[in-house]
Amino acid sequence: MSAYSVTEPSRASKSVAAVLVVVYAIITLLPLLWIISTGFKSGPDSISYPPRVLFEPSLEGYVNLFTTRTRIGAEQFAALPPPETWYDKIVRQSGTVIAGQSRFGERFMNSVIIGFGSTALSIFLGTLAAYAFSRFKVPLKDDLLFFILSTRMMPPIAVAIPIYLMYRELGLSDTHLGMILLYTAVNISLAVWLLKGFIDEIPREYEEAALIDGYTRFQAFRKVVLPQAATGIASTAIFCLIFAWNEYAFAVLLTSGKAQTAPPFIPTIIGVGGQDWPAVAAGATLFLLPVMIFTILLRKHLLRGITFGAVRK
Amino acid sequence: MTDTPIDRMARATPRIVARRVRGLSDRAIAWLFVAPTIFLLLAINIFPLIWTVRLSFTNYAANRPGREVEWVGLRNYERILTSEGIWANMQTTAHFLIWTITLQVLIGFTLAWLINRKFKGNDLLTTLIVLPMMLSPAVVGNFWTFLYQPQIGLFNYMIELVTGTPASSFSMLGPGGLAKWSIIIVDTWMWTPFVMLICLAGLRSIPDYIYEAAEVDRASKWRQFWTITVPMVLPFLMLAVLFRGIENFKMFDMVVLLTGGGPGNETLLASIDLKREAFEKWRTGYSSAYAIILFVTVFGLASVYVKALNKVKQR
Repeated sequence: MSAYSVTEPSRASKSVAAVLVVVYAIITLLPLLWIISTGFKSGPDSISYPPRVLFEPSLEGYVNLFTTRTRIGAEQFAALPPPETWYDKIVRQSGTVIAGQSRFGERFMNSVIIGFGSTALSIFLGTLAAYAFSRFKVPLKDDLLFFILSTRMMPPIAVAIPIYLMYRELGLSDTHLGMILLYTAVNISLAVWLLKGFIDEIPREYEEAALIDGYTRFQAFRKVVLPQAATGIASTAIFCLIFAWNEYAFAVLLTSGKAQTAPPFIPTIIGVGGQDWPAVAAGATLFLLPVMIFTILLRKHLLRGITFGAVRK
Repeated sequence: MTDTPIDRMARATPRIVARRVRGLSDRAIAWLFVAPTIFLLLAINIFPLIWTVRLSFTNYAANRPGREVEWVGLRNYERILTSEGIWANMQTTAHFLIWTITLQVLIGFTLAWLINRKFKGNDLLTTLIVLPMMLSPAVVGNFWTFLYQPQIGLFNYMIELVTGTPASSFSMLGPGGLAKWSIIIVDTWMWTPFVMLICLAGLRSIPDYIYEAAEVDRASKWRQFWTITVPMVLPFLMLAVLFRGIENFKMFDMVVLLTGGGPGNETLLASIDLKREAFEKWRTGYSSAYAIILFVTVFGLASVYVKALNKVKQR
């Protein structure tokens, strides 16, 4: 290395850049930290003025998130046996008792089922199609690929109307299967485009060798290509999962009870006189945390995922 | 692998023949692999789209399936294109699009340019900065209504700390004209990292020797920036704008939860208005025409834009 390089930024300019980026990062992360910290505040702490940075942590938000509570008369309240569990204790502090379980757990599970179901299906179909597009002469290949991509441009509401009618006829509205199929249809364009890019990068010679060794195309695909594409498949899967996990428009229009996912549910968590912010924040934290972790795991393939493979770094 | 007579024969025969003997032809496999995807897209994207087109010529109302459906020709389209309300919504959408894209490009490019100084820890910072865009827009939109509370919200409090304007003297989501900026702020907060990532890829794609050559020619840093950096990042930047443009034209979730289109109709984006017409007023035929108009608009604008993008790339 030479001591002086014209393309290497000077130390001063590096430090200035670092300071500015750190300032931006702090500002941009503040709302996220606020969500997480509000989840651990008590009701009064969450709505105090000025906003509290230091507070006594409480699990009230999390308890409220998972339970429904009722207020009972003072005499009845005094006559209750002492609280048996830690969450009973927290609820009693605000003069209420636990009446039952809330819907949050169920909604969260729906998100898990629909998210993983549609991801598995998108990856399965997407890998097959991507392999065919990558390795074979498919008639009208470019047109088909563009068609697959263009389905993503449609505003969700534009197709939501007939899908709503179609699902009503077929008995698929408000079912897990209906949502899985729908999210698969939305995600498949991403899956095909990303996976085609990843499979294009695997040298054809590996398969050719396997074919010469007597593998069938199918065996070569399964035993040679799939293991090579594993990283690509995994990161594509995470992108599909994040989309299905975050999706709101279709979920709010096509589900109401049984198959409702968490995004339409969290904004409906209400307490006395408006939203119960610690509970909303607790729900948001539990819901956003998996995605934050995935983002950190995915950081190397992030760019590729968000641009449908158009930018590969 | 088992060694059957067929396997042995296959190894002895030329490859092309072997494939025929031992399994499906490549062509058959290609079709077998592509068909399910195409079928799914036809069933859940194209068929509904055609259905929407058909409905758009009728006065069908999905909440009254028993009522007789009349064929109304182009009346729905005529009504939409001559309605003042819809032009107002289009303007709201345009305002949202123009400002979000401008801010995201300016901030995103600047950030990428700074991060490209390759200071220590830039990888970690990039990952942290990127977090907001991966989160659920609905949950984020909902939580921002809390940050925007005049009395207790963090946003108003921060403004008070920095500028001295009392936190309770303005309401970001209430009347007073700030709401349309509120949605722009949240969208910019979420999506600036997207533009930043793409710009960063663009900056990193510029080979060092170009700058070295410019340095030999004694081009000033300023000149290098405008004649090397900007033109070479431009195709990337335009791609980012394309993605953001399409996404924000469709924007629904974050804004619905943040303002619901209010106060009044101040933040009523076309997509939110469409949802009201379709699923609250249940004017299915009318809203189908509305949906088609929006889809054609996005598709048309995107095609023109992609042509321009390709020209820039070829330069």
